[in-house]
Amino acid sequence: MVIGSPALMHAQPRDASADHRHGPDAPDAAMPAQASIKAQVKDFSFYYGQFQAVKNVSMTIREHKVTALIGPSGCGKTTLLRCFNRMHDLYPNTRYAGEIRLLPDGFNIVDRRVNPIEMRMRISMVFQKPNPFPKSIFENVAYGLRLRGVSSRSELAGRVEHALRGAALWEEVKDRLKKPGFDLSGGQQQRLCIARALAVDPEMILFDEPTSALDPIATAKIEELVHELKGRVTILIVTHNMQQAARVSDETAFMYLGELIEMDRTSKIFQNPSKQLTEQYITGHFG
Amino acid sequence: MDIERIIRRRRRNDVLFALTGATITAAVLLVLGALAFTLVREGVSRLDLDFLRSYPSRRAERAGLLPAWVGSLLVMLVTGLTGIPLGIAAGVYLEEYTRKGWFASIIELNITNLAGVPSIVYGLMALGLFVYRFHLGPSVIAAGLTLALLVLPIVIVATRETLKSIPQNMREAAYALGATRWQVVRHHLLPYSAGGISTGVIIAMSRAIGETAPLIAIGAVAFVAFLPPVPYSADAFAVAREWAGSEQLSVVEAAVYPGVAWLGTSFTVVPIQMFNWISRPGDDFRANVAAAGIVLIVATIGLNAVAILIRHRMRRRIKW
Ligand SMILES: Nc1ncnc2c1ncn2[C@@H]1O[C@H](COP(=O)(O)OP(=O)(O)OP(=O)(O)O)[C@@H](O)[C@H]1O
Ligand SMILES: [Mg+2]
Repeated sequence: MVIGSPALMHAQPRDASADHRHGPDAPDAAMPAQASIKAQVKDFSFYYGQFQAVKNVSMTIREHKVTALIGPSGCGKTTLLRCFNRMHDLYPNTRYAGEIRLLPDGFNIVDRRVNPIEMRMRISMVFQKPNPFPKSIFENVAYGLRLRGVSSRSELAGRVEHALRGAALWEEVKDRLKKPGFDLSGGQQQRLCIARALAVDPEMILFDEPTSALDPIATAKIEELVHELKGRVTILIVTHNMQQAARVSDETAFMYLGELIEMDRTSKIFQNPSKQLTEQYITGHFG
Repeated sequence: MDIERIIRRRRRNDVLFALTGATITAAVLLVLGALAFTLVREGVSRLDLDFLRSYPSRRAERAGLLPAWVGSLLVMLVTGLTGIPLGIAAGVYLEEYTRKGWFASIIELNITNLAGVPSIVYGLMALGLFVYRFHLGPSVIAAGLTLALLVLPIVIVATRETLKSIPQNMREAAYALGATRWQVVRHHLLPYSAGGISTGVIIAMSRAIGETAPLIAIGAVAFVAFLPPVPYSADAFAVAREWAGSEQLSVVEAAVYPGVAWLGTSFTVVPIQMFNWISRPGDDFRANVAAAGIVLIVATIGLNAVAILIRHRMRRRIKW
């Protein structure tokens, strides 16, 4: 779904290939060149009042890949993730600096002149704790479509089914679409939230520790889902669980105290990280 | 063992507390029960259809409650149509639209205090504002607006409290899908808080229905021997001609005035009628007062029952 608007027009497109360094001095050669770029973060900082929670981060998000954000608690993963859909705009005393350019249009997501609603129409989010609306299963998934002006019964029904299939939930709920979303189990609720996020055909989905409230079986299902989704949609996922990052992601970014320490192919990060801090973290020496 | 002794002592304290609580509860229930019983015993003989259908009269056995309960109903209608939407809107605005800061805290404190201001003070303010300034006179609309002022803070506080209890992650889920603030309010917050808000609204209304002092302050009459004109009836057109000051009504006047004529007439309400009967010498009107009291209590209990029902239904549907 393309949302055209004047706000998008006056943001200048920018040649993305010119600059895709990851972190201060990650070698360019480490990146496979064939995947195109979905978002380019450059000299990006974020402030809660005076406190700088994200410090001068530069990174590249590849299209139709899974990028994992890892790092010890409080290092700013959630904060950075929530900048991508301007969630911080909901709260006072927050400030973005630098840029997050969404490609191919190339406009800066965190520019105050860009309407956050447009960003949220294009980039979906799945939260840490499953948060279905206290509405029926059907209405949960249909809500984003309704916001986008879809009102035909048959189109809604078709797209809701498609999204629920995409979230591997259809078989479990097809006979009770009218039942409240709250009646589902925790893992099913989270897949319902994924269906809700998927239904609107987002360009990117942000996951904030989507499995931290779930048991291992439900977790495995979600991971499988993330795996299936890539190739169709760009995924940015925050996780505390390093096995999870290793299992689901193509690229991994390691953050520490608000800074991006290192970003590379996941296999490289876990087998042969360039930074000592990264190695200490993935071998469990802290965090 | 020491521990056993401690446990035994605690258990004794527990039993003691439970007993005290039960006794006090029983005593309160007993007093309430006795009150209700006397009311019913004294009033039930007067309580019949004729009592509800008759106008007031000097003769107790012929005096009825008709203008009073119709007046109560109409005044509450005005109160409800103005106070409730205004209160909900103000509550939503304060909770969801304003930035939290010292200014918001001061407003919040003031509104909470307003809910506790004695009702006669509202009456005095209404006398100055509606009766003198806006020249509404002691009319149905003045009374309705007066009581709307009274319910406003209660509705605002109830709305805010209910909105506060909706988890923030519900708002975030809706915003993340691209909802605007108004869509979040309209599609989520209002529906999810309907139960809590209606409870607050009904409690406020059942307080307003029994109010006497502020309505006496704006000059409510106790002896009303007519009903407000039915919209577009002959009486309503008579009032309309009086308002227009001519026999010929313009199109707009003819369309509007007869429809709202009832708002401009003087009125009485059930508690004022009761007060009037009580203050008469002799015992003749005692049964009337008791009967009117029963009507008022039944109305209040009815309202509260509705509140409980709504809350119960919402609880079942929405649990955070
Ligand atoms: N609303 C807020 N106001 C002020 N500071 C905040 C706020 N939210 C987070 N922080 C601070 O910002 C830093 C980053 O927090 P963030 O929640 O992004 O960490 P995280 O990496 O997601 O941690 P975790 O793994 O525990 O979820 C922390 O130091 C935190 O204390
Ligand atoms: Mg986090």
